[in-house]
Amino acid sequence: MSSALLQVRDLTVSVGRGERRYVAVRDVGFEVPAGGSLGVVGESGSGKSLTLRALMALLPRGVRAERGVVELAGEALPFTGPGARRARRGRLAMVFQDPLSGLDPVYTVGTQVAEVPRRVLGASAAASRRRAVELLRMVGMPDPEQRAHAFPHQLSGGMRQRVLIAMALASEPKVLLCDEPTTALDVTVQAQVLELLDDLRRRLGVAVVFVSHDLAVVRQVADELAVMYTGRVVETGPATEVLGHPAHPYTLGLLEAVVDLDDTAHAPQAIPGALPDLAHVPSGCPFHPRCRFASDDCALSDPGFRYLGDGDADRGTACKYPERVMAG
Amino acid sequence: MTTFVEPPGPPPLAEGGRRPRHILLQRARRSPTLIIGAAISLTLVLVAVLAPLISPYSPDHQDLYNILSGFSSKHLFGTDELGRDELSRLIWATRTDLRVGFLAVIFPFCFGSVVGTLAGYRGGWLDTVVMRAVDVLIAFPFYVLVIALIFVVGTGTTGIYVAFAVVDWVVYARAVRSTTLVVRESDYVAAARTGGLPDSRILLRHVLPNTITQAVVYLTNDVVLVIVAVVTLGYLGLGVQPPTPDWGTMISDGQEFLTTYWALSTLPGIAVLVTGLGLSLLGDGLADVLRPQ
Repeated sequence: MSSALLQVRDLTVSVGRGERRYVAVRDVGFEVPAGGSLGVVGESGSGKSLTLRALMALLPRGVRAERGVVELAGEALPFTGPGARRARRGRLAMVFQDPLSGLDPVYTVGTQVAEVPRRVLGASAAASRRRAVELLRMVGMPDPEQRAHAFPHQLSGGMRQRVLIAMALASEPKVLLCDEPTTALDVTVQAQVLELLDDLRRRLGVAVVFVSHDLAVVRQVADELAVMYTGRVVETGPATEVLGHPAHPYTLGLLEAVVDLDDTAHAPQAIPGALPDLAHVPSGCPFHPRCRFASDDCALSDPGFRYLGDGDADRGTACKYPERVMAG
Repeated sequence: MTTFVEPPGPPPLAEGGRRPRHILLQRARRSPTLIIGAAISLTLVLVAVLAPLISPYSPDHQDLYNILSGFSSKHLFGTDELGRDELSRLIWATRTDLRVGFLAVIFPFCFGSVVGTLAGYRGGWLDTVVMRAVDVLIAFPFYVLVIALIFVVGTGTTGIYVAFAVVDWVVYARAVRSTTLVVRESDYVAAARTGGLPDSRILLRHVLPNTITQAVVYLTNDVVLVIVAVVTLGYLGLGVQPPTPDWGTMISDGQEFLTTYWALSTLPGIAVLVTGLGLSLLGDGLADVLRPQ
C-alpha cells in the first residue's frame, strides 16, 4: 500500500551490548494511512512501548534501533542524531502513559501547552497563550481559560491526560503516538479520553497509533490491529477481523482471558505459562510452549510472518497453522 | 412548578489555582519550622548588618583598666582579657562569621549544581570524569582536606574561600546529578524533546527547576556546616585572624578563663548554636515548602 502515511519495516531494537544484549523488538512492520488508526496490543514486555519510543527517537540509553525503516510520507526518519528530532518535529507527537509524570510539576498547564507554539513555532507570547487555551478547549477541558492557570497536581487524572493530548497536538502533528494513554485512568474517564481521541482523529485528520494491553480499549479506537508477542508482530488485520476470528493462538488466548460480564457460560481462561524472558526466547515459534495447537515442528523452525490473502491483503499471522486456531 | 437544577460546574481548583508565589506563601505560612527558622536567621542577619549601629563599643576598643570585668551595667556581658566589650565583639563576630560562611558556599553551590546537572543530563565521559573527581574528594575526611588546603593557600579568609571552593562543590554535584538522572528520564522531559525544544531550554526550564530545590535545601544546611567550620578553623587559629572578631577565636581565647569568667567562651558558643539551629530550621522549612507536589 503506497497510500500509507506512516510506514514501519523490519524495525529491530536491541537492549544492552555484548554478552547481555538481547533483541526486544524483532522485524516489526506496520503501516498507518493518513487519518487512520492502528492499535498495537500485547502484554507488558512484548516490545510495544519500545516500538513506539523507537518511532519517536526516544529510546533510553543502551537501547538501539539496529535495523529497520520508519517512513513518514515516503521520507525515512533517522533514529539518532540531531536530525532525528528535527525530522519528527511537527509531524509525530507522543501522548505519554502517566499523566502526572508527563507534566512538569513546576509550571502551570497553560504554560506547558503554550511552550511549543511559543518556542518552536515562534508565536508571540499572547498568541501562544491563546493557542494554549484553544488547544485545551479542543481536548474538552472544561473552563479552559481558568484551568490554564492550574498546576498539574491541581487537576484530576483525566484532565491531566487531556492536557498531555493538548501538548502533543500543539506541534500540529500528522501522527499521534499514544502509549497506553488510558491505563492510569478510571474506566469512565478512560471512555471519555478514547472518545476524544476518536473525535480528534475525525476532526483534525490525525493518524493515531495506539499502544495498549487492553483489548476492550483497542477495540474502541483502532481500525487496524497489530498483536505483539516477545517483540514480534504475530498477527495483523482489521480490528473486527482479528478480534472476531483470530488467526494466531496468542490473540485467541488474549481474547479468552478477557472477563466478559454478559457471557457467564465461559469463564475467563488464562494463557498457560508465562511470557518468556526476552533474553531466552524459545526456539522456533516463540509461543509454542504455551500453545494448545502446537505440533512438534513448531519448536523447530520459526514460522515467519505470512499474509492469509483471503480477500484482505492486511490480514497476516505468524502461525503455521492458522486454520487450527480459526477452527477453535 | 418545575425547578431546574443548574448542572454542577467544574469543581473548584485546589488552592484556588493561583499563581505560584501565592501557593508558596500559603504553604510557608503553615510551616512553623520555616517561620521560627526564618525569624532567627533574619534577626542574625539584621544584627550582622546593623553591627556598627547597635554595638555599644568598637570591637577593638581596649579598656585596660577594666579587664575581665564580669557582667555589669557598663559592659552588659563583661570584658575580655584586653578589656574589650564582649557584647560588641559578639555582634561584630556575627557579621564576620555570617559573611564568610555565606560567601564560602556561593561558589560550591553554583559550580556544583551546574556540573551536577550537566553530568547527569549529558552522561558519558563528562559524567565519568566528574563523578570520579567527586569520589576522590569525598574519600578524604572533610577537615583534613580543608586544613591541608589552608596551609597551602595561607590562613585567613582567602584560605577558607579557596579550601571550600575546592572541597564543598562535590556535595551539590552529587545531589543535583542524582535528581537530574531521575528528571532526565521523566516523561515531561521526553515530551519537551518530542515537541522540538532545544536542549539548552530543556535543561534550563525543565531540568534545573526540578533539581535545584535539592541544592537550595542543602545550601541552608551547608551554610550551617561551613559557619561551624569557619568557627572551628578560627578556634584552631587557621581561620579569621585577630583582631577581627570571630566566634571561634573568641571561644579559644576565653578558654584560659573558663573557670572564672565562663561567659567569654560560653556566649560565642551559644551564638554558634543559635545560628546553627536557626539556619537548620530554615532549611527544613524550605524543604517542605519547595518540594514539588
